[in-house]
Amino acid sequence: MSDTKTVATMSMKERMAIERVKMPEADGTVRSRNFQEVNLGLNEAAAILEAQRCLNCKKRNCVVGCPVGVSIPEFISALSQGKLAEAAKILKKDTSLPAVCGRVCPQEKQCEAECVRGVKSLPVAIGYLERFVADWANQHIDQVREKVSVTPTGKTVAVVGCGPAGITAAGELARKGHKVTIFEALHDTGGVLRYGIPEFRLPKTIIDQEVAGLKDLGVTIELNVIIGKTLTLKQLREEFDAVFIANGAGLPMMLNIPGENLKGVYSANEFLTRVNLMGAGQLADCSTPIVQGKRVAVIGAGNTAMDCVRTARRLGAERSMIVYRRTEAEMPARVEEIHHAKDEGVEFVFLTAPLAILGDKDNWCTALKCQKMELGEPDASGRRKPIAIEGAIEDLQADVVINALGTRANPLLSQTAPELQLNKWGNVVSDEKTAATNLAGVFAGGDIVRGGATVILAMGDGKVAAAGIHEYLSTK
Amino acid sequence: MFDVLSNEVLAPDLHKMVVRAPRIAKARKAGQFVIVRADVGEERIPLTIGDADVEQGTISLFIQAIGASTRKIVGIPAGGKIRDVAGPLGLPTHIEKWGRVACIGGGVGTAVLYPLVKALAQNNEITTIIGGRSSPYVILVDELSALSKHLEITTDDGSRGRKGFVTNVLADMMSDPARRPDAVFAVGPGPMMKAVAEMTRPEKIPTIVSLNPIMIDGTGMCGGCRVDVGGEVKFACVDGPEFDGHLVDFDLLRDRLATYRDHERKALEQCAPDKCKIGRG
Repeated sequence: MSDTKTVATMSMKERMAIERVKMPEADGTVRSRNFQEVNLGLNEAAAILEAQRCLNCKKRNCVVGCPVGVSIPEFISALSQGKLAEAAKILKKDTSLPAVCGRVCPQEKQCEAECVRGVKSLPVAIGYLERFVADWANQHIDQVREKVSVTPTGKTVAVVGCGPAGITAAGELARKGHKVTIFEALHDTGGVLRYGIPEFRLPKTIIDQEVAGLKDLGVTIELNVIIGKTLTLKQLREEFDAVFIANGAGLPMMLNIPGENLKGVYSANEFLTRVNLMGAGQLADCSTPIVQGKRVAVIGAGNTAMDCVRTARRLGAERSMIVYRRTEAEMPARVEEIHHAKDEGVEFVFLTAPLAILGDKDNWCTALKCQKMELGEPDASGRRKPIAIEGAIEDLQADVVINALGTRANPLLSQTAPELQLNKWGNVVSDEKTAATNLAGVFAGGDIVRGGATVILAMGDGKVAAAGIHEYLSTK
Repeated sequence: MFDVLSNEVLAPDLHKMVVRAPRIAKARKAGQFVIVRADVGEERIPLTIGDADVEQGTISLFIQAIGASTRKIVGIPAGGKIRDVAGPLGLPTHIEKWGRVACIGGGVGTAVLYPLVKALAQNNEITTIIGGRSSPYVILVDELSALSKHLEITTDDGSRGRKGFVTNVLADMMSDPARRPDAVFAVGPGPMMKAVAEMTRPEKIPTIVSLNPIMIDGTGMCGGCRVDVGGEVKFACVDGPEFDGHLVDFDLLRDRLATYRDHERKALEQCAPDKCKIGRG
């Protein structure tokens, strides 16, 4: 560190001359066969140097670009001076999941998209820095552990769902002195962070560490409780001063093509839950099975599809393929993930739409019958519309087919709460500014309101809801 | 963690376990199930809630030790703990005033049938038909007898009750105008439920079956338990587990249940009595 200039002694010109850091990553060939994390994280010197690229703008556009409003210039400024514990404390004030967000947020569309340095060169690597500080904090917990000196308000809040929205709201509310209980249907915490996002993108120990932070704040977590089944919304309203519904959009959409019920055909949710939550194919001492295909076709082109196709490769697939009816330019997945997948030997079959899944005499999946497409004129959304090429039908050999088309709202809670207002897709209707639903004291946010969206938007909703709930409890 | 209060052997490889789960006991209705995970690293499996005692805060589970995971669960003694019990899941049995109802249970299906009979008996006249391979496999006779106007027992080898299958008794009932059922509930192996549904279909007797596909979460988020009912994809965990037997594609159900057969066989071999420490305290 001795030869690194401190930010105080550097000229603006010197700082402008620093090039954006590159994230070191595990070798593609080696990592495509294991579940260890792909991005290796920055070392301290690299993180501090990158932090020195931040110009600490007055306008703070980056903060506006962050759905949870992390004090970005402030934490980066502390980091640039080597004050790691201070940087960590600043981060923790605004987010309960910094080590998660630093890894899975699409920064290129959010904070980093707004960074002034991105105008002439590359934006400050805000996500990498958030991850570095959060990881450091998790390893030096004694130096950053929050002294909980909040005054208890005596008010209680029930949070339905321990995913990103619920965790964020619970953290915010606990810091304001409310007694929070999270009810989670599964046997472990994290929601999609646990069952959906694979270990190689988000190590599960990170979720454990961040959830431990919640418990430090006095939040109670009750697992194996399904609201709508074990307890009803009505019971929660009777027992708690306020309720936040954040149970996500966990219902998979089906392909509705022939052959969907053949053996070896999975929804992305089932495939990822078996591997991530249950450890199938990944942990030696786990009893949950999975069909490990030699040739795997994943239908879809979002981040979930990328997680499936990269997971299938790690489970031993010789060919692990993305099947998408448009081209690479239209793929909704993050550019970084597409790049990672390519390095790992994932194949992309573009301009191809599935028509049917074919099986053998024992009803095991053998192939995907596909229609080849070409791109036509842009449609109303500006994307060029795929059009079938007449007669161009091909069979793509595949012994496992995974449908990653997206999810819908889960009706378990709403089935037993007819008084709760839903929209025509079954999503809960809530106010954008306060997250309030049509029921007094009941708030909702995350995918149950939006339909399948991103981790960071769910966290933003959790933050909005916490403010709305706090306001409601203060005037109650 | 959920306390196991008792663990009793009802028949060869069939256990009744009473587990403390006050919230589930209070919320459950006939026809619903729980998802159970014995311990860290174990799979999640669905088990019907056989009975519940709200005051004691307990539920009863009837478990057939058929594979490695169920053996592990029944190996947990009274005083021990089950890691995870989540529920009640699924839709409750649709209870209606049918009149004369035939309730048919085969093997461990008899245990799944028991709560249905208990609920249906309140406003229906019940004939219960239960079958087993041989005498030791016939269970819950006294309990079901107390709830039913008639109780008929069949065994494949004739060691108890009538020799033959439950469907023989049903055939007799259907051909006798004085005994013809107004509705039939059937719970048991797929082929048995299919045979019952085929018998009642021409007579248009409403027939409800309880399906047992592979499940993971049990809350509708994965579709692993999907079944074909009347040409539509249904998730048994949220839309069922009970369906109109005349609409169910039983061949598909049987086929999908075979998905992990090789894996299950291997797991069971590793759990062979000379190697396995599971289930022996």
